[in-house]
Amino acid sequence: MSTHDLEDMGCGTSSSTKDRKSEKALKAALVIQNWYRGYSARLKARQRYALTIFQSIEYADEQGQLQLSNFFSFMLENYTQIHEKDPELVARLFGRTLQDSKDRQEYVSFVDVPDSYNGPRLQFPLTFTDIDLLVEAFKQQQILHAHYVLEVLFETKRVLKQMPNFTQVKTSPTKEITICDRGKHSMEILMILFVSFLVYPNDLHLNRGNHEDFMMNLRYGFTKEILHKYKLHGKKILQILEDVYTWLPIGTIIDNEILVIHGGISESTDLNLLHRIERHKMKSVLMPPISIDEDQDTDLKKTKTGANVVPREGKTNESPSEQLPKHEWEQVIDILWSDPRGKRGCYPNTSRGGGCYFGPDITSKILNKFQLKMLIRSHECKPEGYEICHDGKVVTVFSASNYYEEGSNRGAYIKLCCDMTPRFFQYQVTRATCLRPLYQRVNTMESSAIRILKERMLSRKTDLIRAFQLQDRSKSGKLSMGQWAFSMENTLGLNLPWRSLSPHLVTTDKNGNINYMSTFQDIHIQKPVKEAQSTLIETLYRYRSDLQIIFNVIDSDHSGLISMEEFRAMWKLFNSHYSIHIEDFQVDELAERMDLNKDGSIDFNEFLKAFYVVHKLEKLNKSDGQSP
Amino acid sequence: MFIFLIAQQRTHWILSQIQFFLYFLKKKSFSDVSLFRNTFLFIINPEEETVLSKGWMSFILLTYVECLWTVFSLELVVAEYHRKIKEAFEVFDHEANNTVDVREIGTIIRSLGCCPSEGELHDLIAEVEEEEPTGYIRYEKFLPVMTEVLLERRYRPIPEDTLLRAFEVLDSSKRGFLTREELIKYMTEEGEPFSQEEMEEMLSAAVDPESNSIHYKDYIAMMVVDES
Repeated sequence: MSTHDLEDMGCGTSSSTKDRKSEKALKAALVIQNWYRGYSARLKARQRYALTIFQSIEYADEQGQLQLSNFFSFMLENYTQIHEKDPELVARLFGRTLQDSKDRQEYVSFVDVPDSYNGPRLQFPLTFTDIDLLVEAFKQQQILHAHYVLEVLFETKRVLKQMPNFTQVKTSPTKEITICDRGKHSMEILMILFVSFLVYPNDLHLNRGNHEDFMMNLRYGFTKEILHKYKLHGKKILQILEDVYTWLPIGTIIDNEILVIHGGISESTDLNLLHRIERHKMKSVLMPPISIDEDQDTDLKKTKTGANVVPREGKTNESPSEQLPKHEWEQVIDILWSDPRGKRGCYPNTSRGGGCYFGPDITSKILNKFQLKMLIRSHECKPEGYEICHDGKVVTVFSASNYYEEGSNRGAYIKLCCDMTPRFFQYQVTRATCLRPLYQRVNTMESSAIRILKERMLSRKTDLIRAFQLQDRSKSGKLSMGQWAFSMENTLGLNLPWRSLSPHLVTTDKNGNINYMSTFQDIHIQKPVKEAQSTLIETLYRYRSDLQIIFNVIDSDHSGLISMEEFRAMWKLFNSHYSIHIEDFQVDELAERMDLNKDGSIDFNEFLKAFYVVHKLEKLNKSDGQSP
Repeated sequence: MFIFLIAQQRTHWILSQIQFFLYFLKKKSFSDVSLFRNTFLFIINPEEETVLSKGWMSFILLTYVECLWTVFSLELVVAEYHRKIKEAFEVFDHEANNTVDVREIGTIIRSLGCCPSEGELHDLIAEVEEEEPTGYIRYEKFLPVMTEVLLERRYRPIPEDTLLRAFEVLDSSKRGFLTREELIKYMTEEGEPFSQEEMEEMLSAAVDPESNSIHYKDYIAMMVVDES
């Protein structure tokens, strides 16, 4: 073990000192190793806690979508009321697909590339040089001009339209298949993917994921990213992009044995049905089809579309209905949103608000039913970049490393050969360069996680305080650890290790009791209007992402403005559906103040952006808070 | 104290009191306190009262109250430990089926504030593993073992000054730093050697890039701040 033994030979008197020295060195080494391992483990645990926070909040947000989706159904059911007041509104809300009829030439020809543009210029038909050109340009933070973006999108749509719902792929001794996932939204990645796809249409296969959905883009800021990068043509780009999404295939089948889809399956998954459906009618997870029978269908369409254009004839065999039947819609939702779990059976995916949790028995049943051997999917961020479950039948691959924050997770991709045993390749963007030591990365991740958790607490401040006070009979302002943890978990609905997180969130006194109000001492929501009531501000802050989506839907021409009537109508509906106890006049007052130009229109993005959280102890003051 | 008691009359029931005291304290079970209570009632039976002096009565009363208090607070402490252990366990339980990968047990134990050596960790794992190791540890087996560890305050963390002295031992010429090569040699050849990954991780934070050495006093100070 130790090299000192060799030195001891031939030196009788000093051997004992050497022994003692080496013994001391051994003990010292043990101390340091012991301490370091403890420290390193605690770092990893902190990293894991931060990741858990990110995940819980992301899933809780997705759960909020279910409520939003219900709201849209609710709106639809009450359409007659809206219809009488504003037929335009209804048409805009439910007639989105009518933008299909825009012609390619009409868009692209209007967008000129100026000579002064020094970004990448693509040549159609695209070749591999264009891919290289793009990658190099993006590395240098350049933006691709809208003209090329639109060209790429139109071309992609054209090619995708010809593809079946499931792409069939074969491996061969010479060909390897790599499977990965897109990760966070980014215009650049999307462009590279689409261009690569156009250059190698038989070698690159794209599947639709749950974020290839215009509603999800609204919520998670991709829409904002595009509108910000492309101020003039962003709206056009968004419209075409939404279309392209719907034409993405649902899945890929490799060698008739492996199914590659984004989310998962449910016990009712019927691949034969999915092969046949008209996938482009699946617009968004947040817009479920109305469950009425066929006879009423056509009548409803007539009143809904009112004065608007009848769907194109002659170009396609599209049925008059713009939406999928409900059971088909649900099948697609299951494919895009489900998660595998260890528990047997199939039950609703309550964290996401869509799809289901499916157990190993479901996997076996469905795979056997369609003579498949394996399911490869993505959808969940795994610390190691991939995970195998259900006895090797289900593989999760997640390719975006550092998904939540620098250091949060590794990314991975799979290579398949014709003998079908998958090989996994992991990576982490910062690990190769190793610029920052682990403890710094963990610190960054941890403080980011704690910040969003505090903002979450702030958005539920009234409910939290009520829960605390219920337990604090003596009105001392203190609770035991157990009481505090219980209230937090119940009110926020987040399953987190509260005891371990408490030092970051609250202060404790000498006896170990929690000062529950201490969280709220150093953060507050910046009031856009001073006179507005705290509860109103808090409610608006809490629902701001939902409101943003709703307003964006109303504002279908993406002008950023909605009229006062639209605002009021929408607010009334929102109020009643979400059972919020805010008086109409309060919101009216607020809206009037927000109408800075006094011209009857509200810039709702500015309105909602005005609700941000101020962290007194931090310099940051911009926090719309959502995951990018 | 015991010798004193034995010298008294009616020692048999005093001894049985002590027996009960030790019995339910070991079991940490509230139901056993009732046994103690019954014994106590037997003690203050009016017929017997005259036999004991008031001094002894108050002593026994105090002991009884202290037992009850210890049992109560022990119950509360144990309950809190259980919840703390459950929280730490659940974070690593990815399948939500009350099992964790055995390779994460070390991290869980250390995140609860204990600092076992690698050898001690191996012993602990052996205690919580199934008879035929599956690679997974079940919560039901982990909880009682971990509760004992916390109650007995085993594997206490290394105090800062011990850590500093350890570095000073390795720095025989008292320069105030260790070279990169020296640290690598000690950490990978002595004691419970580091893996290559562990060594790289430690170096990335500890080495001062300009001097390419480890100024251990600063390093320790930095780590301590980070942990608090």
